[in-house]
Amino acid sequence: MFLENRVALVTGASQGIGRAIALTVAKHGAVVAVNYYPGQSDQAALVVEEIEKAGGRAFSVAADVSKKSDVEEMVDAVVKRSGSLDILINNAGITRDQLLLRMKDQDWEAVLATNLNGVFYCTRSALKWMLKSRWGRVVSLASVVGVTGNAGQANYGASKAGIIGFTKCVAREVASRGINVNAVAPGYIRTEMTDRISPQAREELQGRIPLGRIGTPEDVAGAVVFLVSPGADYITGQVLHVDGGMAI
Amino acid sequence: MADLSDQAIFEKVRSIIVEQLGVEENAVALETSFEALNADSLDIVELIMALEETFGMEIPDEDAEKILTVGAAVEYIKANS
Repeated sequence: MFLENRVALVTGASQGIGRAIALTVAKHGAVVAVNYYPGQSDQAALVVEEIEKAGGRAFSVAADVSKKSDVEEMVDAVVKRSGSLDILINNAGITRDQLLLRMKDQDWEAVLATNLNGVFYCTRSALKWMLKSRWGRVVSLASVVGVTGNAGQANYGASKAGIIGFTKCVAREVASRGINVNAVAPGYIRTEMTDRISPQAREELQGRIPLGRIGTPEDVAGAVVFLVSPGADYITGQVLHVDGGMAI
Repeated sequence: MADLSDQAIFEKVRSIIVEQLGVEENAVALETSFEALNADSLDIVELIMALEETFGMEIPDEDAEKILTVGAAVEYIKANS
């Protein structure tokens, strides 16, 4: 229970990787604020229920992370309810895939707004509280796409590469205050987001993965929880790939 | 906050500095510069934020940059709160 007495906020935790992270972080003793995009309250409630059934503590909180005011209200609400904010997992993210030549302005902007601006707003708000207690862990979800690229995902790739640069800069800024800032770069993970890939594309993908399988949300959650555990106290500014060896 | 005396403002500012920078109270006088107190850039940001919160005001970056001593902070608060 190495996260006992810690308060964790996981964005986009109503499904997929975020949900797995919330469940795993709760299992190690943290109180988990399960953030969901407005409209996903039922799914978020299910995650809270699952955590509580397993003996953990959690509550849900809505926010569209692309909106600064939503984020500030959310962080204030979490701190008001739980007394602190020690761990921030920036997981909320979307895709709007399209080849660049055909990519619409709004599809570029929407992905950057949620994936990158969201990380900016959430981290900036959370840091205020972590600085006060001189302890914090921030883990943001980047992606193999932000490192090696993928056709049709210029917006997504840009946002994820942006998260990597952001992580390294902020890690340097707050390291002296006991706050570690890292990123996890998942490869292809079986979730609602990737379920939309065609079976042929999926098979082709699997062929390219050294470990021979598509990842699970639990694979990613394991890496995230490691980064917020005492075992990772000397790790900051890093990008931990969880991609079955796709990018070596 | 309009009726706070200079001394009261100074004492509040001093207590914030003592807490933030971990220095002794008697190391903080009006003429003391933040540089002399070994405040790094993050310390200054936190100090400004603490002042904003305590005195219920916003201190834009251009103004914050000019607050180099404890006395300057007290003057600024007096003039703007």
